[in-house]
Amino acid sequence: MQTYRLQIRIGAVAAAFALFAALVMSAPSHAAGTLQVMTATSDLAALAQEIGGDKITVESIARGYQDPHFVEAKPSFLLKLRKADILIVVGLDLEIGWLPPLITQSTNPKIQVGAPGYFDASRFAQILEVPGGQVSRAEGDVHPQGNPHYWLDPQNGLRIGKGIKDKLSEMRPNDAAYFAQRYTAFEQRLKQADQKWLEAMKPYAGRKIVTYHRSWPNFAKHFSLNVIGYVEPLPGIPPSPQHTIELIKQMKNDNVKIIAVEPYFDLKTPNAIARGTGGQVVVLIPSVGGEKEITDYFKLFDYNIAKLKQAFDSTR
Amino acid sequence: MKKIALLFALVLFAVTAYAQSAPTVHDKKDSPAAVGSVKSDRDARIEALEMQLRSLVDEVTVLRGELGELRKASLSAPAADRSKPLTASNSEPAVPPIAAAPSSPAPAAQTTQTPSFGGATSNAKLLNPDISLIGDFIGAVGRNRVAPSRALELHESELGITAIIDPFARADVFVSFGEEGVEVEEGYVTFTSLPAGLLLKVGKLRAEFGKVNTIHNHALSFIDRPLVTNNLVGGEDGIDDAGFSLSRFVKGPKDWFLQGTAQVFRGDSFNLFTANRRQDVSVVGHVRAYKDLTESTNLDLGASYARGHNELGSRFLTNLYGADATFRWKPVRRAIYNSVLFRNELVWSARDQLSASNSFQTQRAFGLYSSLDYRMNRRWTVGGRFDRSGRATDARLTDTGFSTILTYWPSEFSQIRSQYRFSRYGQGGNANELLFQFLFVMGAHGAHPF
Repeated sequence: MQTYRLQIRIGAVAAAFALFAALVMSAPSHAAGTLQVMTATSDLAALAQEIGGDKITVESIARGYQDPHFVEAKPSFLLKLRKADILIVVGLDLEIGWLPPLITQSTNPKIQVGAPGYFDASRFAQILEVPGGQVSRAEGDVHPQGNPHYWLDPQNGLRIGKGIKDKLSEMRPNDAAYFAQRYTAFEQRLKQADQKWLEAMKPYAGRKIVTYHRSWPNFAKHFSLNVIGYVEPLPGIPPSPQHTIELIKQMKNDNVKIIAVEPYFDLKTPNAIARGTGGQVVVLIPSVGGEKEITDYFKLFDYNIAKLKQAFDSTR
Repeated sequence: MKKIALLFALVLFAVTAYAQSAPTVHDKKDSPAAVGSVKSDRDARIEALEMQLRSLVDEVTVLRGELGELRKASLSAPAADRSKPLTASNSEPAVPPIAAAPSSPAPAAQTTQTPSFGGATSNAKLLNPDISLIGDFIGAVGRNRVAPSRALELHESELGITAIIDPFARADVFVSFGEEGVEVEEGYVTFTSLPAGLLLKVGKLRAEFGKVNTIHNHALSFIDRPLVTNNLVGGEDGIDDAGFSLSRFVKGPKDWFLQGTAQVFRGDSFNLFTANRRQDVSVVGHVRAYKDLTESTNLDLGASYARGHNELGSRFLTNLYGADATFRWKPVRRAIYNSVLFRNELVWSARDQLSASNSFQTQRAFGLYSSLDYRMNRRWTVGGRFDRSGRATDARLTDTGFSTILTYWPSEFSQIRSQYRFSRYGQGGNANELLFQFLFVMGAHGAHPF
């Protein structure tokens, strides 16, 4: 009995000490000058960097060559999220499999859902493929709120940029003029670049392509491409032989030669389709950083348009 | 003291009584002349109100007419349009886009898709929690005389209800409907905005003892739980109890992620801890060290301690010590095709009990498992596990076993798996069994296991 009481006492003292230690070790304070911005994907990081300049430090959780649906919720991200002033997310359930537990465990009140530092970029963008009526997973891993790959339209890039500008100005009113000036410059550059891109894609307006996943509706709409089929039978469902045969037939019928594949998908089926149709597989990059040379939002379009142009020309 | 209270009550009563009667007093002292002026005043007001009412009636009739026309128009519209939910109206071109939208750099090509700013929301779901249900159907063939399981069973239907409670907390509730009845497997609120980086969970939860104890049945790499869980850590439910959990993480040297968790529970965990009195709480402590070795590989180490009272009485303690090590490989560019999970857990148990001669003794037992999972491609995973564990009450009896498993994933939301399991039991007797399992997920998309 005596030893038991002693044990309880020791336990209580140990618990109290642990609590005390936890409280005393204060959370690391960071420089008040620069805003710490974390983003779910690299495209949002690139856009934030355009607006924030050297007044922010920004880092993305997902890499550009990573499937944004399947990022791992590694604890190492918690160390970064804890220090963040703003968390910019793609939304529309793109990050549903990994971001919610990271946000909860980050113990950072600033970036909890609904807090001022939680920024859902989808609220500023034009969203396509919003399902009407009943939604079920008979349609695959469907996103009930619309297609989350909306950043692949330069106009959406601009809209998100404006949203980020407003958010940054709200959090750092003293630097509002700086952010506004950077946004204006970004707007000008993007509009110029977009003229150039549209010009480059003009000869191919209305051309039909096939993509692996439904990652390109916004891109296709903006550049007047016509996506007629997908290598995946349904979103998130791996290719099946039957669907592949049907797709080949359809591509032959419609004389479609281009199969666009994201860098994180296996090339076996796309290559087989290319052989069956005399077409060509093009690895298009959906996110900044997907290739070494794609270091910002502009180069993302430069790269993809160059690749598409090349593929269209060689399969004429 | 009583008098003061009475006086206070009286004063309070008087004040309220006066306040209530005040308006009537005002009425009574009105003179006849004043009454006349009030009357004309009233008439004027009534007239004004009548005017307003008339104009409102007119407005309503106009609006009614418009509504009727709109209805007719919508009825004549194609059926597809009508099936659209109400909220789809925010995607109608008639609604001006939000002010944030800049003028287009160049006119975009017109397609049949209706543009929409912001995602759709479904009104019906607006404030409902996220609900999911995971069905877990298990079958077994082969003979097992020591630990038999049913030939076929809907082992568990786990209803998951999760929601953000307010800006400071979220809640997760998992109710498990099994063959033995209904049980709240976990139900807790997590406070996310505490100072000093603390994360507090309150409710019933799976204790942070090692790795496998925290994982729900459907997220396990195997159909069953390892022998060491069954023998030393309370069986399938493990340490699962009502209490508090407080955790905090820090950045360690050389980019190690370090996390400490302290938990206090009531002290009731089936087959393991029993709270004979209120003081018989159980405690669990866990320290975790994690490091990214490369972009695709990481190492996850942990040490755990649990202490509680067992069913023999308040003087009889069960102490558990655990160590776990996990190595993960998942190439970032091919994450959905290939990955490896190599996990090992060791558990030492020290249980106070009475020996055959009725004297106080502490029984010390040890158990471990080592498992390897390999994802071969997007649809197939294979795995193997080695098991060895003493019995908590009789360490002389040691059970050993091994399993191999093959899993097929039709999609992310269902699994079909088959496991071959060999067990050699301490008291003699081998078992060769083939287990199979069908898992299906409906509703809200949960977090991927890590």
